[in-house]
Amino acid sequence: MKELTVEAITENIDVVTDFVNEQLLQAGCPPKTMSRIDIAIDELFGNIANYAYHPGVGPATVRVELKHDPLSVVITFIDRGIPYDPLKNEDPDVTLSAEERKIGGLGIYMVKKSMDGIRYEYKDGQNILIIEKLL
Amino acid sequence: MTITKKAEGEKLSIALEGRLDTTTAPQLEAELKRSIGGVSDLLFDFEKLEYLSSAGLRVLLAAQKVMNKQGTMVIKNVNETIAEVFEITGFSEILTIE
Repeated sequence: MKELTVEAITENIDVVTDFVNEQLLQAGCPPKTMSRIDIAIDELFGNIANYAYHPGVGPATVRVELKHDPLSVVITFIDRGIPYDPLKNEDPDVTLSAEERKIGGLGIYMVKKSMDGIRYEYKDGQNILIIEKLL
Repeated sequence: MTITKKAEGEKLSIALEGRLDTTTAPQLEAELKRSIGGVSDLLFDFEKLEYLSSAGLRVLLAAQKVMNKQGTMVIKNVNETIAEVFEITGFSEILTIE
């Protein structure tokens, strides 16, 4: 298990992505799976950076764990910001035309669809969002 | 992300290289704001684009809405990851992908 704690700002999305990709490369993660995970990091860490401590700033921790049998990666995002469960949002209507479209909720929807597992808990003043992807 | 722009009369082509995400989407948004006026034929080349997130989708949707009023917009050379993003989000029905 490895973890990284950084300031939750959008400038650190690349730092987090590089940190996770390093573990994924060591685990022999296929490039396509890595892209899907990188998109999930952009959505989830981006949300924390934009909203968790708004209008202030604060820390976020990203933890990477590898599981065997079957080989999978579990990534945990932790912040101490405003309590927020992104999984409570209603899924967006993806059948609407360009004119009717709203972009809100699309990121978390993509993460739900592309990961093999996602769950949220609020514990000890922390938002904890956990994603799992089979490698 | 690198943006390579080619303008020819009312035709504009934009090639993207790298990742279109939270950090880079504002670059594309600013570029489109500058160059989309008077364009009737907008072409995006995604050959060297690795992936895009919802921040990128937001900019593409805004561009599509503008082009629906003033011409056509086509996206070509979409890789499997990006095609999957368009599929999941229903953007494959909104955008013209070749």
